[in-house]
Amino acid sequence: MKKILLGDEAIVQGALEAGVDFVSGYPGCPSAEIGDEFLKIAGGPKGHPGLYAEWSVNEKVALEAAIGASFSGLKSLVNMKSFGINVCSDSLLPLVYTGTKAGMVIIVADDPSCWSSAQSEQDSRGYAYLSHIPMLEPSDPQECRDFTKLGFELSEKFNLPVVLRITTRVAHQRMPVEFNKVDRRPQKSGEFVKNPLQFSTMPPRVLEMKKELLDKLEKIKAYAGKLKINKIVGDPTPHNFGIVASGVAYLYVLEALKELALDTPILKVNLFYPLADNTISKFIKDLKKVLVVEELEGYLEKEINAIAKDANPKLQVFGKALLPKIGELDVEKVCLALAKVAGKKFKKNIMKQLSLPKRTARLCEGCPYWYVFPVIKRIAPEGTIFGGDIGCNMIAGLLPHNMQDYLFSMGASLGISHGIKKSTKQKVISIMGDGTFFHAGIPALVNAVYNKSNPLVVILDNRITAMTGLQQNPGMGKTGMGENTEELKIEEIAKACKVKHVKVLDPANVKEFEDAIKEFLDKEEVSVIICRRICALLAKRQKQ
Amino acid sequence: MQAQTFNIIISGVGGQGVITLLSLIDTAAFIEGYNVKSSELHGLSQRGGSVEVHVRFGKKVDSPLIPFGSADLIMSLEMLEGLRELARAGKNTKFLVNEYCLPFQGSLTKEEIKAHFKQIGDRLHLIAAFDICKEKLQNEVVSTIYLLGYAVHKKLIPLKKESVIKAIESTVPEKYRELNIKAFQLAYD
Repeated sequence: MKKILLGDEAIVQGALEAGVDFVSGYPGCPSAEIGDEFLKIAGGPKGHPGLYAEWSVNEKVALEAAIGASFSGLKSLVNMKSFGINVCSDSLLPLVYTGTKAGMVIIVADDPSCWSSAQSEQDSRGYAYLSHIPMLEPSDPQECRDFTKLGFELSEKFNLPVVLRITTRVAHQRMPVEFNKVDRRPQKSGEFVKNPLQFSTMPPRVLEMKKELLDKLEKIKAYAGKLKINKIVGDPTPHNFGIVASGVAYLYVLEALKELALDTPILKVNLFYPLADNTISKFIKDLKKVLVVEELEGYLEKEINAIAKDANPKLQVFGKALLPKIGELDVEKVCLALAKVAGKKFKKNIMKQLSLPKRTARLCEGCPYWYVFPVIKRIAPEGTIFGGDIGCNMIAGLLPHNMQDYLFSMGASLGISHGIKKSTKQKVISIMGDGTFFHAGIPALVNAVYNKSNPLVVILDNRITAMTGLQQNPGMGKTGMGENTEELKIEEIAKACKVKHVKVLDPANVKEFEDAIKEFLDKEEVSVIICRRICALLAKRQKQ
Repeated sequence: MQAQTFNIIISGVGGQGVITLLSLIDTAAFIEGYNVKSSELHGLSQRGGSVEVHVRFGKKVDSPLIPFGSADLIMSLEMLEGLRELARAGKNTKFLVNEYCLPFQGSLTKEEIKAHFKQIGDRLHLIAAFDICKEKLQNEVVSTIYLLGYAVHKKLIPLKKESVIKAIESTVPEKYRELNIKAFQLAYD
């Protein structure tokens, strides 16, 4: 079968073909469509009865859920955006030591140029070095499908989890993808067979595990060479000059070669870690010059410099000296670098730039936050510090609101405001969404109460995780698969955390909201205001 | 079928239907047997900010992003967002722009935008799709589909009418299908 698929959809297809049983994750851009697609087809009369999928509370528990499934013999997939791997890394590192039982693929979606990311322009490939986890990098949706299958194959063969690292231009790229239709999966039940020798990292066993892990990586390198996972593309006759490329940058290289009428051979690196150094040695052995084309960090460039020391000490390696470390690549940037190394002329074809007013993101029409931000800004005394958090409420930092004095990571609005309250006499208001509160806000709240701090926390409960495209969260009484479940009330959690001053209100009742802010800002203990009003997009969807 | 890759940039404001349009062109080109590649943006970039997506079809397409200056057509659902694309246009790039403004603080007026557009002369097709759809169909949301109809009718996009209609039939949810086909046909009247 052939159909136009988005990179994220192609991953779902590849996983289905590989026989995935268990899917967990946390929504983020550009990976959210993976979980969304799985949830459309998981369970139920129309879907695959044998497929389970969930939105977990955060990426750490998502990974841990998948570990439980894998240890019980079910094939699992975990999906998250770049920063998710930071959150789950605490369990990721031991997982690579214990290894998996049934196959596991972890999708990590980076966002070069930060189209939909605050925090940092993260290159998650660095985690391969930190954790020793094998990492595949597709360039397009066809490879998203193929490499997801390959990831499961490698995982099953070597009992290791495998990361599929994608970027925005891969996840949100569409093309016709060849795939096999998958039958409905029947119900399947796993079994956890006790084996502490594999599953418990208790020392001194943990050091033996490390040895086993390093041995596995050598075997994967050899297997990758045999399977030709990394590919040499183009003219096989001897050349002086070659290119090493990975991810979507490989596609820009193909385009740039056409543009400059070059037939330079390319080594396409598909398995970033462990890097099959033999394949690279062979490729660079007779070259005089090599250009490494990779987005963000110069990891491959460093590897090639190291390999060249033995394989070809005179080789000139070009990479980040000609290509930016900041922002995504494109055909022009690659053309410029390529022309320089190949000694060709390239003239950029662009018209003069107009300086036009910038149109930034804004709250949707009817968004409940339109009630919240202006009131907080008006009521808070001059000099009040506004702590920002991840989600739609990030828009507080843009015009016309302009009320965000710091922005870090999920839940950090509160963690940091506690520190400010302890260090100064200033007023601080943290603003976070309901999804963020469940994800990472609760420990910060416990910490603030326990350590006798007194920031004001305004939780914007719009009844859904909205920014990433309306995903269910524990506050809704519905699971990702649409089943009824316990509705976790934020006010009850806050009270259980011994917050003395808790108020739930509809921010459309402006007077009530104003009074609550005034009253709570002067308290000597932590206080929480929950602004409960449904997301305008969700309300519209419910009407349809 | 044309041998050279055809490049379209679609721009607009998040929420206007840029991705729907991309998906329809992708599907129609695929129906005609072309190789297709496109690139889009979701998430924060969709929340009412400027959105720019790329669609390419031809015999063999590699990059999902169009090289600077190589767009054959720039379709814009909003005037200022169309003007913004001048930076990406080449000497022969044609523009199909919805005569419609979504203003914001500090934005340009319609007249100012039109004055800037003068430099590309008759390569600009400025079409009042919003007003036409509102008047004829009492629904302005489908003005994107009207623009697509116009582009195909005036051969600004080398795709067949039948393939686009098939694409609408296979991608648009049933209850909006008839309205969308009407909007597409309206451009032929």
